[in-house]
Amino acid sequence: MPATETLEEAKRVMQICNACRYCEGYCAVFPAMNKRLTFSEGDVTYLANLCHGCQGCYYACQYAPPHEFAVNVPKVFAELRAETYRDYAWPGIFKGLFEGNAKWIALITAVLAVAVLAGVYLVQGADVLGGVHTGPGAFYNVIPHNVIVYLAIVPFAFAGLAFLIGLLKFWRDIGARPADLVHPGALAQALKDAGQMKYMAGGGHGCNYPDDNFSMARRHAHQMTMWGFMLCFAATSVATLYHYAFGWEAPYDYLSIPVILGTLGGIGIVIGPVGLLMIKKKADPAPQDTKRTGMDIAFLWLLILTGVTGLALLGLRETSAMGTLLAVHLGIVLAMFATFPYGKMVHAVYRLGALIKFAHERRE
Amino acid sequence: MPPKEFLQPHDVLVLGAGNAAMSAALTARARGASVLMIESANKDLRGGNSRHVRNIRYTHNAATDYVTGRYDADEYFKDLMRVTDGNTNEELMRFMIDASEDCADWMLAQGIKFQPPLSGTLGLARTNAFFLGGGRAMMNSYFKAAEKAGIDIVYEAEVEEMELDGSTFKAAMVRHGGELHRVEARTVVLASGGFEANIEWLKEGWGEIAENFLVRGSPMNTGKVLRSMLDNGAKPIGAPDQCHAVAIDGRAPKFDGGISTRIDCVIFSAVVNKNGERFYDEGEDIWPKRYAIWGRLVAKQPDQVAYAIIDSKSMGLFMPTVYAPFQADTLGDLAEQLGVDAPTMEKTIADFNAAVQPGEFNATEPDGCHTEGLEPKKSNWARKIDTPPYYGYPVKMGITFTYLGLEVNKSAQVFMNDGKPADNIWAAGEIMAGNILGQGYAGGTGMAIGNVFGRIAGEEAARHARN
Ligand SMILES: Cc1cc2nc3c(=O)[nH]c(=O)nc-3n(C[C@H](O)[C@H](O)[C@H](O)COP(=O)(O)OP(=O)(O)OC[C@H]3O[C@@H](n4cnc5c(N)ncnc54)[C@H](O)[C@@H]3O)c2cc1C
Repeated sequence: MPATETLEEAKRVMQICNACRYCEGYCAVFPAMNKRLTFSEGDVTYLANLCHGCQGCYYACQYAPPHEFAVNVPKVFAELRAETYRDYAWPGIFKGLFEGNAKWIALITAVLAVAVLAGVYLVQGADVLGGVHTGPGAFYNVIPHNVIVYLAIVPFAFAGLAFLIGLLKFWRDIGARPADLVHPGALAQALKDAGQMKYMAGGGHGCNYPDDNFSMARRHAHQMTMWGFMLCFAATSVATLYHYAFGWEAPYDYLSIPVILGTLGGIGIVIGPVGLLMIKKKADPAPQDTKRTGMDIAFLWLLILTGVTGLALLGLRETSAMGTLLAVHLGIVLAMFATFPYGKMVHAVYRLGALIKFAHERRE
Repeated sequence: MPPKEFLQPHDVLVLGAGNAAMSAALTARARGASVLMIESANKDLRGGNSRHVRNIRYTHNAATDYVTGRYDADEYFKDLMRVTDGNTNEELMRFMIDASEDCADWMLAQGIKFQPPLSGTLGLARTNAFFLGGGRAMMNSYFKAAEKAGIDIVYEAEVEEMELDGSTFKAAMVRHGGELHRVEARTVVLASGGFEANIEWLKEGWGEIAENFLVRGSPMNTGKVLRSMLDNGAKPIGAPDQCHAVAIDGRAPKFDGGISTRIDCVIFSAVVNKNGERFYDEGEDIWPKRYAIWGRLVAKQPDQVAYAIIDSKSMGLFMPTVYAPFQADTLGDLAEQLGVDAPTMEKTIADFNAAVQPGEFNATEPDGCHTEGLEPKKSNWARKIDTPPYYGYPVKMGITFTYLGLEVNKSAQVFMNDGKPADNIWAAGEIMAGNILGQGYAGGTGMAIGNVFGRIAGEEAARHARN
């Protein structure tokens, strides 16, 4: 459970909001709030993670600072989310990674990219690393397939486990039953809401982000990022299937399914995050948790680097740059998976959890 | 140094920057007039009482995306006749109601957003359209539209006095940056609200007790423009103590507490004064009538304060409150905490409980659960207050807006004491709401009056200035 000061502030603010209710049209947070008379710590933790930070309620608020009630829902919820991420992190010794997150992500990414590159150089030698490799299995001349698989699977599985444990802790604290987590109807509704980013549209007109104008820019950039990531994931899955089920070895043709998915996804995780960075730069700091901007930025850069190196690898795979790019790309992908549970990516887990709970409450 | 906007004379000078002012300014600008708005608040607190509103009541012949059903002019008329008890200018009221039909469409065209009819916590989803995010969001849209239209706005500029030559407006004396400036214009629209934030003026109608009133809206509405107009021979309308007032939490801020301080539990409670005595039938009527009368009732009690007492059975039946209630396991302890005479309050509640008749309690409509042989009686929702913990909310009178204002005609032109309309002066909103509302109120009418008369004022002023 996050620290009390932020929780207390969130409870104070929700008490005021619940007596006003003018924002009920904005997003899921307010209808969820309306169902309650008082707010436990679990309640505000849940509501904070249901909030998509669209900021519509902040600019609409008759009680926003300088009013003496000083209501700032998006800010206190962003702070609470950050505490959620840290406090539910597993294993506990990695909680510290959330402080100064950008620094850690940058360091881990650089170390892993260099390590993989150096490893290939030391094991395979400069000739292999800098050679031109074509035809099926070209990549595996540089880094054997099994090595790639083991390097990827370990952090991937670990991240999945860490996510699950964090989610279960969150789920317990917000007072939901374990069985509700897999309720098919609620799950389907939550996935739909998440997939469309329904609540990033606030009351239907978009986010008040980066300023008090309504705009769909953030929603669209975020959708591009998320769907870009999903497409990359799908590309990898299809490639895995090709490899094991059919024995077809990468690299695949430019017009093959994995490459088309991966190319589109790669473009998504470059353009989407660049868009998000640009609007973040212009954003009004007042309704935000400015102490944690670094975490968001680090995550976006990591996605951009993943996309850029992936696309570069695709474009240059028949040249002598392929070995280096493959090693660096793999290092960055490793860093991405390894840091998933200790950076901004966790928001997806708790957000989905909150959406599932909201879908439940709405059905009741 | 005066701001540069003060130096070039505009076609239309709009005093204030709430809903009425915006309706006038945007209309005048759309007719080609140059417009200057003068707003006493700063950018954060701009928009007067309009930044606290939630909805607008307007005539409509069918359900739309924003209202659940038909609300025709006749029904609107009947509703307003009932609440004002006929204390109105019927012709103007009719006119306002008919003209309100395109309020929502006009607002949408300015970029204002409404929400679909949702929970309908206030039961107004059929008659009223709700602003998405409420009044401040509405005002933000207005200011964006004004900016886009090229309307000049000067903030932190307070009109101190009006300069008239007979019935002709010459200039406004405006304090800005600590200095007094003379601002000329061809025409003027007065949309600076009522005088509810001027306690001294309220005392003229209410006496010393006004000292204990809480002002639900903007501290800016001190009525300086209204006062100066009256001093200059404009014709007043309405009584100085007529206003919209409600019962709100006694702990609310002196100004700008807005909607969240409302106390919604009166029908479920026994309301006592500081002496511990009941003084009115808490179960007389459902919201919103009860909501609108209790401000005045409380104002007549000693120290202008009362206490709504409920027990744990009633918790959760009404809107959550912004401040937690006082709470105790015995009525005596609760009285101590509230500063109410404890023995009397205990006796009052005991008598009350003894008078409660058996019945089928129903929180959502008048249920006939009543008392017998008790003075004053409670005609609905009467249940024994006997299940601890007991809760108490201190209640004071929260004034929303005043009705004493300037008499106008259908063109929103201000009348002078000689019975003739002024040459180049129009008024809209609270400052002339008393023409329609001699007393009483129906939720959402304030916005309708401001929008209808604001648009007319803007149109007329623009035409006059450009002729
Ligand atoms: C808490 C609350 C809730 C309400 N809810 C509703 C609702 O849901 N629906 C509804 O229809 N009505 C509602 N009302 C009533 C509604 O607010 C008013 O009827 C309406 O806002 C009046 O609009 P107006 O433009 O005349 O005045 P205002 O909106 O008050 O605007 C007056 C403007 O004049 C400025 N001003 C004042 N004096 C000076 C000066 N000397 N010099 C320069 N500028 C000056 C003020 O700063 C302000 O900008 C509510 C009121 C309150 C307080």
